[in-house]
Amino acid sequence: MRKSKLRFWGFLAPSLIAFCIVVIIPTCIGFFYSLTNWNGIVGSDVKFVGFQNFIDIFTRDDSFVHAFLFTALFSVCAVVLVNLVGFGLALLVTQKFRGATLLRGIFFMPNMIGGLLLGFTWQFIFISIFEAFSKKTGIAAFSGWLSNTETGFIGLLILTVWQMSGYMMIVYIAQIQQIPESVKEAARIDGANSWQLMRYIILPLMMPAFTIGLFLSISSSFKMFDQNLALTQGGPYKSTEMIALNIYNSAFGANEFGFAQAKAIVFLIIVAGIGITQLVITKRKEVEM
Amino acid sequence: MKKKIAYGVTGLILGCIFLFPIYILIMNSFKTTKGIFTDVLGFPAKETFTLENYKNAFQELDYIRSFMNSLLITVVTAVLVLLISAMAAWVFVRYKTKASKIIFLIFAGSMLIPFQCVMLPLVGFASKIGLLSRGGLIFMYMGFQTSMAIIMFHGFIKNIPEELEEAATIDGCGSIRLFISIVLPLMRTIIVTVAVINVMGTWNDFLLPSLIINKQGLQTLPLKTYLFFGQFAKRWDLASAGLVMCMAPIIIFYLFSQKYIVKGITEGAIK
Repeated sequence: MRKSKLRFWGFLAPSLIAFCIVVIIPTCIGFFYSLTNWNGIVGSDVKFVGFQNFIDIFTRDDSFVHAFLFTALFSVCAVVLVNLVGFGLALLVTQKFRGATLLRGIFFMPNMIGGLLLGFTWQFIFISIFEAFSKKTGIAAFSGWLSNTETGFIGLLILTVWQMSGYMMIVYIAQIQQIPESVKEAARIDGANSWQLMRYIILPLMMPAFTIGLFLSISSSFKMFDQNLALTQGGPYKSTEMIALNIYNSAFGANEFGFAQAKAIVFLIIVAGIGITQLVITKRKEVEM
Repeated sequence: MKKKIAYGVTGLILGCIFLFPIYILIMNSFKTTKGIFTDVLGFPAKETFTLENYKNAFQELDYIRSFMNSLLITVVTAVLVLLISAMAAWVFVRYKTKASKIIFLIFAGSMLIPFQCVMLPLVGFASKIGLLSRGGLIFMYMGFQTSMAIIMFHGFIKNIPEELEEAATIDGCGSIRLFISIVLPLMRTIIVTVAVINVMGTWNDFLLPSLIINKQGLQTLPLKTYLFFGQFAKRWDLASAGLVMCMAPIIIFYLFSQKYIVKGITEGAIK
């Protein structure tokens, strides 16, 4: 069959042009800007400063390093909790009982709502509802939420678990349903109890889904922005500021676009590193199986 | 039997915990400020019940206009992204040339680039070439969303046999007609799945429109919500009504499209 080159380029052109203008060209310009003192104001001159911005990230301004550590700690906690809860929910709703399908829908629902709305909603709950609850019961632990780093951190964590575990649940359900009933049946006939069934049959067969769930949750926790902006605004005193918000603030708060772009490049390296690690691990697993 | 009851009870409790934030929001959206202050947890009482919050939030959010702005941008974006991505994915699968493989890899690899990395140069660049408008925003969504759509379409088209297209070509069918009357209809199911995911993403997006659209009257719902919140920071009566109104459309959309969303996630995760 004759396949014309014209057809290939013609059909590819619209998406390729949009993609190049929106993603590729700005990425390249971004590398250049990260080496300058660009302040984002149109018409002001842009001076080349070499790697000064990258040095500054680690010397002049410790907010990025702080944001990185905060984000990393947050991501580790979020990944563990989101996946545990998600897997638990998946196990529950794949049992046969009335209302299981409805529950699936409920658990997933928070995922549909935008991060901004979720952040504001939980701000209301942590500030007003928790305070009222604390007054009623006299438990001091429910008072003053989001006013210090610890409650800000836990608040973000609760929001994230509430939002993302439903998503992980869907990923895990797909895998659970691929485990043939006959395998479980055979194990039961051989006298395996529920713990052994879980430990030796279900968990090993769930491994591919765990890899996916792990990386999906780690990359979305690392890139989190809307929730952070709406729930804590990074406060108090920037102590709950995550990487994405930190970049945003140094660009639009301090007008240091060149410096912010250098931070963004470091961010790219971190995120791409996580993504590539995932690819390598997934590919290796496929060979084993 | 006992087990079933235990599952049911656990499910009920967890379901209530998951719905609690939404419940509390709806309850308080019907209370006066005083009502929220005196009893934030319960149902609105007779003397604290009010519909004023909705009336005021409706006006402050400029609800109809913001809703229509969001709808317009979401729908146009979805149609364009689906079309250009289906076109590209089709030729990526059918042409096994070096160029085809390399460009496809670049699209896939670009998904590792975080938005913050592109954000500043893009905005600077966009203001120079006059892309700070609704049209510009839609164009940017096309650039950002096409990779994901191409990958999902690519996986689907791979499993469609080429014979049908070959037969149609022999009968003298041109490229455009071949694509519109043979390829697109075969892609129906995957198009719906990708459309739903795409609509969700665009509808909820805040950061990109906040950088691109700054004109009064053109703002989308998330933008208006953000401004509204800045203005009425501690007015939880108004804020909760506003939040409920902003959540309602996406939750209604969810009720109708649940099946496709679940399918989309499952397929997307496997890739």
